[in-house]
Amino acid sequence: MDRPRKDERPDYKTWKDIPLTPVCNFTTIKGNPTGGWRTFRPIVDMDKCIKCGICWQDCPDAAIVWEEDHPVWLYSHCKGCGICARECPSDAIEMELEVKI
Amino acid sequence: MKEIRFHGRGGQGAVIASNILANAAFLEGKDVQAFPFFGVERRGAPVTAFTRLDEKPIRIKYFIYNPNYVIVLDESLLKAVDVTAGLKDPGIVVVNSKRTPEEMELSQYKVATVDATSIALDNGLGSKVSPIVNTVMLGAFSIATSVIKLESILESIPGQVPIKAEENTKACKTAAEKIVLHW
Amino acid sequence: MSTKKVISGNYTASYASMLCRAEVVPAYPITPQTTIVEKIAEFVASGQMKAQYINVESEHSAMAACISAALTGVRTFTATSAHGLVLMHEMLHWAAGARTPVIMANINRALAPPWNVWADHTDSMSQRDTGWIQIYCSSNQEVLDTLILCYKVCEQPDIMLPAMVNLDAFILSHTSEVVDVPDQKEVDDFLPQFNPEIKLDVDEPLSFGTLAFPSSWYMEWRYKIQHAHDLAAKRLVEEAKAFEKHFGRPWGGLIEEYRSKDAEIILVTMSTIASTTKDVVDSLRDQGRDVGLVRIKSFRPFPTKDLREALGHAKVVGVADRSHTFGNEGPLFTEVKGALYNHDRRPPLVGFTVGIGGRDVLGSTIEGLYDHLEKVADGEAYKEVRWIDLIGDEEEVV
Repeated sequence: MDRPRKDERPDYKTWKDIPLTPVCNFTTIKGNPTGGWRTFRPIVDMDKCIKCGICWQDCPDAAIVWEEDHPVWLYSHCKGCGICARECPSDAIEMELEVKI
Repeated sequence: MKEIRFHGRGGQGAVIASNILANAAFLEGKDVQAFPFFGVERRGAPVTAFTRLDEKPIRIKYFIYNPNYVIVLDESLLKAVDVTAGLKDPGIVVVNSKRTPEEMELSQYKVATVDATSIALDNGLGSKVSPIVNTVMLGAFSIATSVIKLESILESIPGQVPIKAEENTKACKTAAEKIVLHW
Repeated sequence: MSTKKVISGNYTASYASMLCRAEVVPAYPITPQTTIVEKIAEFVASGQMKAQYINVESEHSAMAACISAALTGVRTFTATSAHGLVLMHEMLHWAAGARTPVIMANINRALAPPWNVWADHTDSMSQRDTGWIQIYCSSNQEVLDTLILCYKVCEQPDIMLPAMVNLDAFILSHTSEVVDVPDQKEVDDFLPQFNPEIKLDVDEPLSFGTLAFPSSWYMEWRYKIQHAHDLAAKRLVEEAKAFEKHFGRPWGGLIEEYRSKDAEIILVTMSTIASTTKDVVDSLRDQGRDVGLVRIKSFRPFPTKDLREALGHAKVVGVADRSHTFGNEGPLFTEVKGALYNHDRRPPLVGFTVGIGGRDVLGSTIEGLYDHLEKVADGEAYKEVRWIDLIGDEEEVV
């Protein structure tokens, strides 16, 4: 019943193994891709991006990671909610219908 | 067990009086209970508060219906409320008044009176419209009934009144001197 | 060194939260709970209590804030009553499901309409199934002791449950009694710091309140709440012993037996009614009548085993409820009956609905219950559920 470790996907055998409170770690989340729920896909125009980090900060699913100096979308987990596009101060993000892509 | 009922009007300090009396009795080694009956909570509305004192632990948890003593903080309540309801025989009624028991139609009871309003105002407790007479009445109660020592009341006042501890103490002592026992 | 003070049940709860070093207190005022949080606000403002006092827009938010704070590993306290408690309802399930040991004082008060601010257990009884521990107190001293004990038990790593400490509106909340208030060191020595195994930690993120499927772990997480209640029933008794050793006064067990072990006629009840009943039992015993009292202190976890042992020998058992489950009977009555049904010794049981909406329960009211139970013991026909002291007429059998 210890805190689930960061880097492993727990393998629970019995109710005794699961943590007391319903939690899961990043590794478990990684193993459950939610990208398939998406209807609209955020597409960034890097020429317009001012690297402010607001999209990264506001993503409710931590599906945007910061690599060196710019945001990168994890489409495996992005549910297409559009908050990043809405909050982007330089209008660098467009939401495009998945079926077209 | 001794049971005391306070009749006052919202703002006169009946609830705090019930607590001061309880605390004083606790200082004398008794078990105590003090509680109000809250009806309409507004300034001027009739308020009832209660204190129980006993040598043994008090376990009963209901209102007082047959008090040994009644303390009336506001004379005008005599017309509005049946202040002697359920009073034990022989009970004592302590009233804030300048009148005699006959004038108040209380002559069938043991009555003690004190002009608590004047004493309170002389000591700067409350205003003419709304004098705070609770500590004054307790000074009178102590002399009238002897169930509590005046010193115990005086010792309890500072921790229980929000302001003017000194004035309250002085007013309480004055009441003990000026009380009139009509028996 | 402890100090004896003459204080109300509400102030007692405020002192307990300070002595237990609650660090976050989100609360919304409601009669007759208000003076608890007023006093805490005073403690915080004067610097006596090092806590974050959070003004919230509702009781629902108060509980949400308690849960979040507790998940960061912080000790929390809140207080509410009646409509405030039922507005919290959804969040009460969250607190238990997330296994946050939030401790709350609830002032038992009636629900509207019609408006009524007086003693009644309907508010907390309607939260029976939320997963909270529920303890009912019969004196201000017990309020203080139970709050300390609940922090001690609920924060243990295999328990991690929220607890509701219930006190009757006005009869305890606004009644001053003598309370032995321990000093800070005494409480610190008894109650260790709260340090949960799993908490919100930015360096090692976890997702809380996740999804669980029918096929895996939802049912197991529910079972774990039951399991923790089973453990809590034992732990409350064990820690009560430690409490007695440390503070020098007993807390007792999940139930309190008062002159009932050799009694033929036993009344089961809770809270302040039970306190009055002790005087009634003594006076009836003086008359040679064979009566006793069993007081249920812990309603959740429910003391089934204790009740079987305490009631099995009786000739008749009465259960006095200060609430009613409409369409059935008093909830305590239902549960006591349920506890005895699978027991080999099953006395007849009578349910009394009394003191609803703060109607005063006098010694004579309780004596009337014993009179009734004696008739049942003598073989007289009886109604299984009685509403006591209805004005004018008795209840109607339809």
